[in-house]
Amino acid sequence: MVLELQKPRPIWQIMFSTHHTDVGLLYLIMSLGFLFLGGALALAIRAELFLPGSQIIGDAMTFNRMFTVHGTTLIFLFIIPFASAVGNYFVPIMVRYKDMAYPKLNAIAFWLIPPAGALIWLGFADFTWYATPPYSIISAPGPAADMWIFGLKILGISSILGSINFVVTIMRCKHPDMSLGQVPLLAWSFLTSSLIILVAMPTFAAALLMLLTDRLGVSGFFNPAMGGDPIAYAHLFWFTFHPEVYVLVIPAIGMMYEIIPRFSRKPIHSYQSGITAFVLLSIVGFSSWAHHMYATGMSFTEKTVFMVGTLAAVPASALHVFNFVATMWNSRIRFSTPMMWAIGGIALFFSAGAGGVANAAMPLDFTTHDTYWVVGHFHLFVMGTIAFGSIGYLYYMYPYVTGRMYNETMGKVHFVMSFIGTVMVFFTQHVLGLYGMPRRIYDYPPIPEWITMNQIASIGAMIIGVSMAIFLANMIYSAGKGKPANIEDPFGVGGRYYYPFEAKNPHH
Amino acid sequence: MAHSAWPEWIYVGVVIALMCWVGAEAWEAERLVEHYPEDAHVIKVTGQQWFWTFEHEDGTKEIGELHVETGKAYKFEVTSKDVNHSFNIHDYVVLMDAIPGRVNHVWFAPDKAGEHDIQCREYCGLIHYNMRGKLIVEDPSS
Repeated sequence: MVLELQKPRPIWQIMFSTHHTDVGLLYLIMSLGFLFLGGALALAIRAELFLPGSQIIGDAMTFNRMFTVHGTTLIFLFIIPFASAVGNYFVPIMVRYKDMAYPKLNAIAFWLIPPAGALIWLGFADFTWYATPPYSIISAPGPAADMWIFGLKILGISSILGSINFVVTIMRCKHPDMSLGQVPLLAWSFLTSSLIILVAMPTFAAALLMLLTDRLGVSGFFNPAMGGDPIAYAHLFWFTFHPEVYVLVIPAIGMMYEIIPRFSRKPIHSYQSGITAFVLLSIVGFSSWAHHMYATGMSFTEKTVFMVGTLAAVPASALHVFNFVATMWNSRIRFSTPMMWAIGGIALFFSAGAGGVANAAMPLDFTTHDTYWVVGHFHLFVMGTIAFGSIGYLYYMYPYVTGRMYNETMGKVHFVMSFIGTVMVFFTQHVLGLYGMPRRIYDYPPIPEWITMNQIASIGAMIIGVSMAIFLANMIYSAGKGKPANIEDPFGVGGRYYYPFEAKNPHH
Repeated sequence: MAHSAWPEWIYVGVVIALMCWVGAEAWEAERLVEHYPEDAHVIKVTGQQWFWTFEHEDGTKEIGELHVETGKAYKFEVTSKDVNHSFNIHDYVVLMDAIPGRVNHVWFAPDKAGEHDIQCREYCGLIHYNMRGKLIVEDPSS
């Protein structure tokens, strides 16, 4: 397909390009950079929590800043740009168009992200990724908080521009011979997740502006001292960011829809049910936001409505799992690295979903809410499902991007260590939450169960850390010195199925 | 490739049935939990950076420690003076956000004498990790 890296090109040519694969490459490299930065913060946090008392981080404020930037970075600067990278590479080719619909807009959407990332990292705010008022208004130190708000504002604009581009590319620029019902599931995943962003994101953009003017003291939307209501912010925030969970997870599922049939050497079990589940998820994703707010004093009726809305998302997610398992059933699977990541991702997706059902049930939520259970739960999604799908897909697209093969053994070691580490960290954190350890705490009392489980989690995190070092070495070394890939069939699975990679769009 | 669709329908049916069961059980349990006993003693709980204040019905105030007796029901009126906190006695599954400008309710009835941890479960700034207290349950007969 692209082979961007096969013949040397001056870096400015890639940077100022508007070609979709060049912009995809920029997204890819930047998002991986932020993956390692955010991951380093996670390792520091886990090292700090290995024992009660102060370990490596000197004070609580630094710790609070670190988990805030960790979350913000990995969600907004790794997961979303990584999905954009994959979308940029594959969506135009899958809908058989020469580029994204608006190439310049595409480049602008990318170039908004580095300054936003710089604002977030240079500011290093401390009010959690949720920027909870009134803390964020009256108590959070500036200018870090203001820089975070501006950074998020810019990222919101970037993701709206990117989403418009994906929607128009798929709906208006697909080949005239191709009906929407023939668009591959990966492209469908970008269509649905982009539509969610277009509906959800403006709400948070408004809330951010209100937060900013509240901080400046000229308004009091969320400040009780000025007659405002912090719960209003919670509604606006979660109206955007619960659907945003699906924005993160849907492209990762789309990536698995590419990997799993290919390595099962069998067409997907049901294309229609994949589309149905994507569309259903993108709709019911909007009916569950306030399940994050059971403990804010909501009435019984409100809680019931949002519990039902949350449980309604389960059958749609379960359809995907069925589709994957049915595709693999009775097939000749080739367990190459991408397939192992995809299968691991499905297993952890199922576990995360099961934990989510427990959270949604009202009485159980009061046990788990704001404890490490929640941390374990959503990390099983963002790490276990989304990062696993994304990393699997990165291995899958690697030969097409670089023209070379990665080292298969290192890829498998990376998977095995990451899987063990992920289970150790995040399953343990579920149990830790049941023992009552709150999230976002710098230090904890020496309760024996808490210490043991924190240590298991920290060791798991170090295992993931080592595996990620192997991953980085593999990616860098193989890009220059790896075996040249057989572009016709790099994984040796037989080429009977549709490969989008045969297409190559000329640079312009 | 033609394949039969009925396993998928059965599977989806089973998932929906499971969700209905979870939802119904949760609804029933929550309905019972939210039924406040009428004779509950009211304790006003105020969170502020970074400690808890308790005010009993008779006007006595406690800071950081809360003394209650077995065999009585207590209704907490939870609020905050500055930023959001969350009042939590994990051993009794008492959890309610303390939000400035609002008064939220939650109740419990201790059944055994002993000591339990009180903590803040909503991020509230620098010393959030140490916004802890003690619940001391006493047996009035002993």
